[in-house]
Amino acid sequence: MIAVTYSGAGVLVFATAAVLILVGAVGVLASRNPVHSALCLIMTLFGVAVAFVAQSADFLAAVQVIVYAGAIVVLFLFVIMFLGADRHDPVGVEPLVGQRAFAGVGVAITVAGLIALMARSHWVTGATAVSTNGVPTTNGAGNVKELGTAVFTTYLFAFEATAALLVIAVVGAVLLARRERRLDEEPS
Amino acid sequence: MNVPAAWYLILAAILFGIGAFGLLTRRSALIMFMCIELMLNAVTLTFVTFSRTLGDIGGQASVFFVMVVAAAEVTVGLGIVVAVFRRRSSTSVDELSEMKG
Repeated sequence: MIAVTYSGAGVLVFATAAVLILVGAVGVLASRNPVHSALCLIMTLFGVAVAFVAQSADFLAAVQVIVYAGAIVVLFLFVIMFLGADRHDPVGVEPLVGQRAFAGVGVAITVAGLIALMARSHWVTGATAVSTNGVPTTNGAGNVKELGTAVFTTYLFAFEATAALLVIAVVGAVLLARRERRLDEEPS
Repeated sequence: MNVPAAWYLILAAILFGIGAFGLLTRRSALIMFMCIELMLNAVTLTFVTFSRTLGDIGGQASVFFVMVVAAAEVTVGLGIVVAVFRRRSSTSVDELSEMKG
């Protein structure tokens, strides 16, 4: 008994998000030019942001656009341009024989397993069956306050740890990408 | 009001599959990083969907931390790609085989 409680607008939003996500994801794989892959990745990230908004995760949708599309993809593009690596990566060649076939079979098994697991539900979590459409309890009026309270109380230690992680990552990236000084040169 | 959560979960599973397939088949390190981003986004979509379904904000807090870790991972990873490119002027992972036994 699955009552039709969802409206046409919800279906339309879902279809939009799905098209954006899937077309972008396939584009990332199929593009020969890394720049095109990065642009397709932006498309997927926007689709995920649409899906976030549709599920009343407004703040995360904003962060998704700002951090992912605004920072991470720009970093990708910056590295692609910096390396001059926008030469065409050969998509057609297959270095290992049968690699694509094996990858396809493995991925198909994985996805089928995930969907089967979801259909049976409460295998790990003991949660109610999601395939029978759980009732959304977060109100649709935005949840920035709720999320902020959770991050700064329950998850405060993890939040501080991420700050340290980001600092370490920045320092490590600078150290890695720095031009190496020759050892035989006299330090000026 | 909203579509069933299962639709979003299936969408996330397919997105994860596409990302995994790309990670297994493409040879350019940059494209492989992008495929890892696809897989991480599939997982965040799953987190948000369960957060809505179960009415628990913890799912969205997890997504927040996943995003931070993804940003750190991309930063360090691209730094490594730049460092490798300096030595070998290639981003193909097949050519990094010095440590082969």
